Amino acid sequence: MKHLVASRMERCIGCHSCSLACARLVHKCLSWENAGIRILSSGGLSTGFTAKLCLVCDPAPCAAACPTGSLKQRKGGGVTQNKKLCIQCGKCAAACPVDAIAQDRQGNPYVCIHCGSCVEFCPHDCLELREAEG
Amino acid sequence: MITENFRILEVNLTTGRSAIRNVPGVETVLGGSGLAAKLHMEYSRPGLAWDDPSQPLVFAIGPLTGFFPLMSKTVCAFTSPLHGQYAESHAGARSALALRFAGIDALVIIGKAERPTVLHLGANVIEFMEAGYLWGKDALTTGKLLRRILKGSGHRTIMRIGPAGENKSAMACINVDTYRHFGRLGGGGVMGAKNLKAIAVEGNGSCELPQGKEYSALFADIFRKLTDTDMMRKYHNLGTASNLEALNELKALPWRNLQATSDPGIVGITGERFADDTLLRNAACSGCPVGCIHIGFVREKFHKDNQYLYRQVGYDYEPIFATGSMLGLTHAPDVLTVMDEVEKAGLDVMSGGVALAWATEALEKGVVTREQTGIDLRFGDAQGYMRAVHMLGGAVNDFWRTLAGGTMAAAARYGGGDFACVLGQEMAGYATGEVFYVAQGLGLRHSHLDTGAYTYDQSKAPKDVDKALAFLLEDERERVILTSMVSCLFARKVYDPETLRQCLTVLGGQALADGLDQAAARIQKLRWQARAAGGYDPMNVRIPKRFLEVETWKGRTDPQYLEELRLAYAGAIREMCGQD
Repeated sequence: MKHLVASRMERCIGCHSCSLACARLVHKCLSWENAGIRILSSGGLSTGFTAKLCLVCDPAPCAAACPTGSLKQRKGGGVTQNKKLCIQCGKCAAACPVDAIAQDRQGNPYVCIHCGSCVEFCPHDCLELREAEG
Repeated sequence: MITENFRILEVNLTTGRSAIRNVPGVETVLGGSGLAAKLHMEYSRPGLAWDDPSQPLVFAIGPLTGFFPLMSKTVCAFTSPLHGQYAESHAGARSALALRFAGIDALVIIGKAERPTVLHLGANVIEFMEAGYLWGKDALTTGKLLRRILKGSGHRTIMRIGPAGENKSAMACINVDTYRHFGRLGGGGVMGAKNLKAIAVEGNGSCELPQGKEYSALFADIFRKLTDTDMMRKYHNLGTASNLEALNELKALPWRNLQATSDPGIVGITGERFADDTLLRNAACSGCPVGCIHIGFVREKFHKDNQYLYRQVGYDYEPIFATGSMLGLTHAPDVLTVMDEVEKAGLDVMSGGVALAWATEALEKGVVTREQTGIDLRFGDAQGYMRAVHMLGGAVNDFWRTLAGGTMAAAARYGGGDFACVLGQEMAGYATGEVFYVAQGLGLRHSHLDTGAYTYDQSKAPKDVDKALAFLLEDERERVILTSMVSCLFARKVYDPETLRQCLTVLGGQALADGLDQAAARIQKLRWQARAAGGYDPMNVRIPKRFLEVETWKGRTDPQYLEELRLAYAGAIREMCGQD
């Protein structure tokens, strides 16, 4: 079971290539926000960047809050997503303690599923797909 | 995805009303430069002053913006406070993607707000915010305050002006996201004249992508070229600052108001020196993996008890030339310190640096007096220049107010035109030879980026007017394609015409791809016609005497070659304007 970890964010240059790759390859759209990983300046560009993404909770409060089973607990932490079951209620986003789930204007949630599509588009190796311990 | 019409947001600051317009012409003007020129011609009122409320301020992106890497720039078009004619300035940071995700191809701002205002936009928001409390604030403080006030952190652009813009200076820039700028030709003054302190654009929407794997495969292929080869190494390694040593070696780096073109003091301000001693980290425009933005770091002791402050300053070749060699500063931290003050004042760094260099020589030669300047200016005196930057940005008295209208405007009033380093506007840092002097002097943006003339000068090309003219016209035409897309010009080797055709085709723009050459020729003319509509006559452009005195690696400037090329290029421009 692999986890996406933003382990070297001090190297990040704020190019957003990772989140654009997630939007493009996983969610089939062009967007800054409709992505499982989102890059923000941490208090303006002068202070570097931070990544918002799923921190592989186990148990995952978002899965627990999902009333339809669209988000399910993933073995080893985090969630799997079945978009067809989503009713856009937003309870998952509200339940996430670290604001890692984005909602678009229609209420659809976007969460990292730890597929690693973003990793190869980071020019500075800020991200890694790491085998879960244990 | 490429659509049939442009989606334009028109905002009227006088009435407080906005409109979405569907404007045809995607196949003929592409976007970016072409779209900006088209919209400026449609909206501007050539008979009226540049600061008339009806004059437009345009921000345009291109058909590939956000869809491919390094398609990350925005074209800003306006009527210039410097010459009252059509002007374009280009900037990156998050501006282009923010406009893309706000769902518009161009933003056109007309009218004038009654009071200082911030315009806040997004895919589902248009609002005007009273901003009297921001008026008088420097560009960096304004950004910090707006970050606190507005939502959308990380996924928005904040374009704002400093005191220079509020004072309607012809050398006021628009600061974009702290480290990038619409620098040249006074766009900041246009915002100031509209009482528009800042524009914040939230990129909170999304766009559809083509079906199938072809798009993703092409994206990945281009991304690999940009990141896995050495094509972009120059830009993310030392950055453009690497040019300093090379140009000094070539006797092509302007020093002390272009009184020299080479100086041993270069050792203190080379790209290596900045990287070794001051480089804090790199940053990137959104959608660009190259990361050419170099952020320097300088700390300053302000109390004997080891109390320090620190500054983070984005540097590049041009800012180092303008606040370094041109002002005789040879210590990298001094250069960054002056540059930081230029940022705060909201001045275009090249215009500001060249203007201060002229003022220094004018004071030395007695053309202007200490009473007029209110301050001593000496080449190499960083402290003096820190104060002078604020006097220029603040237009604090008659002298500085006049200089804020452009170095040539000051020279016209006080004298000293012979040593004003003005090529249409304050020169860029390339004293490479005749082709560059003519190219910047007459060129559409009066920019070193209109063509690669500085490179042509360095290529040991023979003094052949026909060949040089052909180069200027063809290189401009090629660049117009990129500035209409709107690509970063650092990517010009990656985005050759065939690659651009593939990019357009995969996004459903087959007709654009097929007609790229014709569109380029059309846009090249359209921009010149936009310029001519404001009264531009290239025949009237003169190259100041200082450029005839310059010594480069090729020797002195050849006055006959310079004049013949000037006339030939002016004739070609007039033809494109439809004046012959």
